[in-house]
Amino acid sequence: MGLMKPLRTVGITGYGAYVPRYRLAGQEVSELWTEGNVVSPVREKAVPGLDEDVATMSMEAARNAIVRASYADPAFDPSRLGAVWVGSESHPYAVKPTSTIVAEAIGATPYTQAADWQFACKAGTEAIQAAIGFVGSGMAEYAMAIGMDAAQGRPGDALEYTAGAGGAAFVIGPAENALVEVEGSLSFVTDTPDFWRRQYEKFPEHAGRFTGEPAYFHHITESVTALFREMNLSARDFAYAVFHQPNVKFPLKVGESLGFTRQQMLTGLLVNEIGNTYAGSSVIGLTAILDIAQPGDRVLLASFGSGAGSDAFCLRVKKVAAVKAAWTTREYIQRRVPVDYARYSRLKGNYKFN
Amino acid sequence: MRDVSIIGIGQTPVGEHWDKSLRELGFRALHAAMKDAGVERIDALYVGNMLSGELTAQEHLGALIADFAGLRGIEAIKVEAACGSGAAALRVGYMAVAGGLHDFVACIGVEKMTDQQSGTVTSALATAADADYEALQGLSFVSINALLMRRYMHEYGYKKEDFANFAITAHANAMNNPYAMFHSPITARQFAEAKPIADPINLLDSSPIADGAACVILAPTAIAKEFTHKPVRVKATAIATDTLAVHDRRDPLYLEGGAISAQKAYAMAGVGPADIDLFEVHDAFTIMSALSLEAAGFAPRGQGVRLAMEGEIGLSGRIPITTMGGLKARGHPVGATGMYQIVEVAEQLREEAGANQVQNARLGMAQNIGGSGATVVTTILERI
Amino acid sequence: MEVARYWRTTGQRYQLVGEVCPNCGNRIFPPRDVCPVCEKEARTPFTFSGKGEVYSYSTIHVAPEGFEKFAPYTVALVRLAEGPLVTAQLTDVDEDEIRIGMPVEMVTRVLREDGERGMLVYGYKFRPARPVSADAPKAAAAPARVTEPATNMSELSLVPQPTA
Repeated sequence: MGLMKPLRTVGITGYGAYVPRYRLAGQEVSELWTEGNVVSPVREKAVPGLDEDVATMSMEAARNAIVRASYADPAFDPSRLGAVWVGSESHPYAVKPTSTIVAEAIGATPYTQAADWQFACKAGTEAIQAAIGFVGSGMAEYAMAIGMDAAQGRPGDALEYTAGAGGAAFVIGPAENALVEVEGSLSFVTDTPDFWRRQYEKFPEHAGRFTGEPAYFHHITESVTALFREMNLSARDFAYAVFHQPNVKFPLKVGESLGFTRQQMLTGLLVNEIGNTYAGSSVIGLTAILDIAQPGDRVLLASFGSGAGSDAFCLRVKKVAAVKAAWTTREYIQRRVPVDYARYSRLKGNYKFN
Repeated sequence: MRDVSIIGIGQTPVGEHWDKSLRELGFRALHAAMKDAGVERIDALYVGNMLSGELTAQEHLGALIADFAGLRGIEAIKVEAACGSGAAALRVGYMAVAGGLHDFVACIGVEKMTDQQSGTVTSALATAADADYEALQGLSFVSINALLMRRYMHEYGYKKEDFANFAITAHANAMNNPYAMFHSPITARQFAEAKPIADPINLLDSSPIADGAACVILAPTAIAKEFTHKPVRVKATAIATDTLAVHDRRDPLYLEGGAISAQKAYAMAGVGPADIDLFEVHDAFTIMSALSLEAAGFAPRGQGVRLAMEGEIGLSGRIPITTMGGLKARGHPVGATGMYQIVEVAEQLREEAGANQVQNARLGMAQNIGGSGATVVTTILERI
Repeated sequence: MEVARYWRTTGQRYQLVGEVCPNCGNRIFPPRDVCPVCEKEARTPFTFSGKGEVYSYSTIHVAPEGFEKFAPYTVALVRLAEGPLVTAQLTDVDEDEIRIGMPVEMVTRVLREDGERGMLVYGYKFRPARPVSADAPKAAAAPARVTEPATNMSELSLVPQPTA
């Protein structure tokens, strides 16, 4: 029940990541607000430069995806994208689509669908799922789905340790050209208010420990369990698994409860190095896996979005092409410039001049 | 075409005129020049100015200054060519007199900059650059010159301190110019240690923004002697253009507009660089002095700086420049600067330059540059 | 930046769309409709690769209005691989690593914002080129790279975290 498969098989024909180069160590936050008493849940997180936002980061990830898609299908051209969809909870404009900016920048305009998606941290996988349907139904030949965030956390709040920046873009297209085939996916949602941001508020609110069991763990467990059941699979059938990663502990814990080993999970577990990239969190983990996966490898992707829901995907690597034709996810992670809290505050625009 | 001469000159001190408006500055220079020429009425007024709209929310300067000067009714217009506005106004006045349309014409250069804070002035100056492709990228005008200077140093193997003599000479000469903004000599060490503005350009590479106005009165040479015993002939005036943006130039390190305008002026005057006794360069930045010297034929490509290093730009050198302080030390009220240069050349040719007098000066030249070289006005004056 | 002015130049600003001269093949950026080499009409769009090298650079300490919050920042003349020079900011770069001749690549970034309520102005900047060879490997040749997970299990925190 709930398994989603399009009429024609589709896959990922191109993928690309982006991570900004600045890093704030969790220890910096802890020192400033707790005199070092709190142990940060991540070593460091990625912080965007003064000239970066979800639109610019999406453009770069999308360009990387287009480069790879052009190797998977030499006839691919951005003008063949029937949709450009950007999932985020930090769109630069409250009203005015990020997706049209990105679509224009990658040369997908004007005959294309464009929309911004919003479902907390699962807006990216939501866009992927819709793109699968869009291509699978024949409404579009190719579709671009992006999950990207420049996450906000109130100064001193628990979120500030982890709220990072980055994400990934995917070209969804016909299976015959795909690097990765989508074998099936599933979405599980309920009305669970664990995390929200009201209109006009700068920082989100969260329900503390309630965000754990009833929200994160329940939804991911249900979506993955249902996917396993529907597809008659278990953790052993996968080479890799990647989950939404708000910290290091949660994804490992939920993965282990579903039967995955750490070895299956560590390749896509990037949160310790780039923080929680919200709508980009699970999907950028997927790009790190695709950078090294081999044909035949099966990959589980399960997102979580507050409010709440989880999208689970069963993916199978078909061919490996052009990994190095664009920046790999590791290259972005290794390109790092540590900043102190003062510089971080400047990058985040926390100093007010008027 | 009629032969044209300058029969009167006038200028205000260059500096921070907190107590004077743009129209007052313009009027004072005009008044001084008319008094110097001994004329009570002029036929037309051409006002060179760059930034009155941006900095004082006032355009329409022709009518404004004509009215303020009690000349209501005469022909009066503003002439704009960025920092080349001053000499461009002279060119317009010259055409009017030479063409026989007017007998007595006043050409003013005027700028009022100090009412605004530096950020506003920086943005306003950037309007001389290409708005869509330079200013939009966040380039200040200083930084455009800095890009040229860094590449020049790279290409020809100069060090930063090699440019020092341009600034040192300008400051030394300004000591004897009562109208100059600075009366303080500088040393090579001060030059080397000055505060960076846009690396490699520092404070002492750069001319200061200022308020000021200068004016000349033009008349047919045939009647000039009726008004003054020392008229100065406008031997040549020429304007040439190049691309607004540096990146569009055929060669960013070659002031093609400067070369064309100099060649046109030399041809008109029937002279060459070897005949020029002094040269007022547009030393908005030290790099511009080097490029202008090369474009005007005083040095081969890449050798303009060498003239400064070898002391050839001093008052008794091979080609004296910035003889009254230049933009660097007299000050750079942008739209007025070209007219100050012309007034200063006229002072030299009238042998009124005092301690800075270039001996036996017969032919003087000025090169006034708009933007980073998109408009270049070359003027050659001759002692009669 | 004025809205219409922004809108009519998005192609060139977002992705370096210039022109190629149909007469002499000269690649033109910024677009200027008349080829500066052969002076014939040139209106055929051409998207530049974004690869280039630093021709000259300068770091701005006194910024024009609208750019104050970015200062100090570095501007450059970049020689594009296809020929033209372009004026742009360098980003994601430390001043002391910049040199003339440094390879750079185009990125699209926020150039400025028109105050709290105005538009965000996106446009090209350049950053140091990707350090590894960007040459695409043949499909079959893609190496199976073993990447050590960077997460050290001893760093795991026991502090409960919101999940977003």
